[in-house]
Amino acid sequence: MTPLDFVVSLALVSVAAGVLGSLIGLGGGVIIVPALTLLYGVDIRLAIGASIVSVIATSSGAAAAYVREKMTNLRAGMFLEIATTTGAVSGAYLTTVLPARFLYVLFGLVLGYSSIATFRKRHADQPLLVSNDRIANYFDLHGSYYDTAERKEITYKVVGTKPGLVLMYVAGLVSALLGIGSGALKVPAMDSAMHLPMKVSTATSNFMIGVTAAASAGVYFIRGQIDPIIAAPVAAGVLLGATFGARVLGKITSRTVRMIFVVVLVAISLEMLQKGVFP
Amino acid sequence: MTSERTDATAGQEPAEGAGERIEVQATSRRRQLTPEQAAAMEEKIRKVEIAISLVLRIGVSVSVIVVATGLGIMFAHHSHYTSITGGYSYSHLTSRSTVFPHSFSQLGTGLASGEGRAVVVLGVLLLILTPILRVAVGVLSFLYEEDIPMAIVTTYVLAVLIGSFFLAGA
Repeated sequence: MTPLDFVVSLALVSVAAGVLGSLIGLGGGVIIVPALTLLYGVDIRLAIGASIVSVIATSSGAAAAYVREKMTNLRAGMFLEIATTTGAVSGAYLTTVLPARFLYVLFGLVLGYSSIATFRKRHADQPLLVSNDRIANYFDLHGSYYDTAERKEITYKVVGTKPGLVLMYVAGLVSALLGIGSGALKVPAMDSAMHLPMKVSTATSNFMIGVTAAASAGVYFIRGQIDPIIAAPVAAGVLLGATFGARVLGKITSRTVRMIFVVVLVAISLEMLQKGVFP
Repeated sequence: MTSERTDATAGQEPAEGAGERIEVQATSRRRQLTPEQAAAMEEKIRKVEIAISLVLRIGVSVSVIVVATGLGIMFAHHSHYTSITGGYSYSHLTSRSTVFPHSFSQLGTGLASGEGRAVVVLGVLLLILTPILRVAVGVLSFLYEEDIPMAIVTTYVLAVLIGSFFLAGA
């Protein structure tokens, strides 16, 4: 395969990853990292560097669409970024000491866990009307959004900010370690622990993953993990796909979103575990 | 801003049209507003949000154009990259030993000599800047809303983002 074939085929894979990524609140990194390592045989550390760039592309591209639709809870997102960015900086440093096989196994476990968490909670869609969470009330993290599927304005309250912050620190750590947006961890943290509606969680996660990724992207750039010939088709392809995916999200019901999420996660989780355990 | 003021005005009847917003604010610690002020604030917030999404779009579009230009230059300079089939494998460019700019000074040198890969890296850095810019705008808009707790939160996030480059030894 010549460099031209590589760039063109990788761009196509990236478009697909972008569509799926924005649809389920991930950065597309969960598809890009396995694609680069399993299909193209790229070193996992370079794959992670390229992927973190694609996460930013997805987030910035999709966020432009979501903010105008008021689906994103900017206050809650920004508040939780305290934990994710701190986690991301710690994680970017940890990668130097961890062996590649550990990264594969961690990748598999993280995705396996998120698919279970998402599957179990797939019917809990009722928003909360009151909150006695003092942190959430102090920072006023509650919100409302217009649900296009149900055709009405839905007001919701936020609880569980402390478990939310802890989970978000872990999400930031994992994001930096694996080059993924870790929307796989952020979405369950918001909709299960903090009771944000699924669509709000997905849109807010999409906003957050870009900021989290930016915190580790600087470290990866300086360390020479962002290879331009890999990053270029990945960033452009994922961005294109994500822009399209963001347009579709409002029109699909929460249950469909969750089921796509679960199936994709289980498949990739098994693949990565296999690569880490039996290399 | 204070809780006494929140209690004093919490009983106010919200005006037609802006009801949703007022109700949310009555239970919050955000500055209490008359319905007219609330409507004006709502309008300003909407404008800020539109401005943010415009900034994001421009930032993302510019970076993709720069990345694509860089790729074009790269292929133009190395004719053996562009054949559909052939002996030159992509793996020469994706191995651990591949050389590409990964510091600001190398990037400057690469750009000065018109290297395609340096242009791609510049585009990638512009892309990395978009969320950082977004957080910076967030700091300003929370200050503008006189929401000090959220302004502090956002400033911390911005400091971590900028600090990460320097912590890595840029």
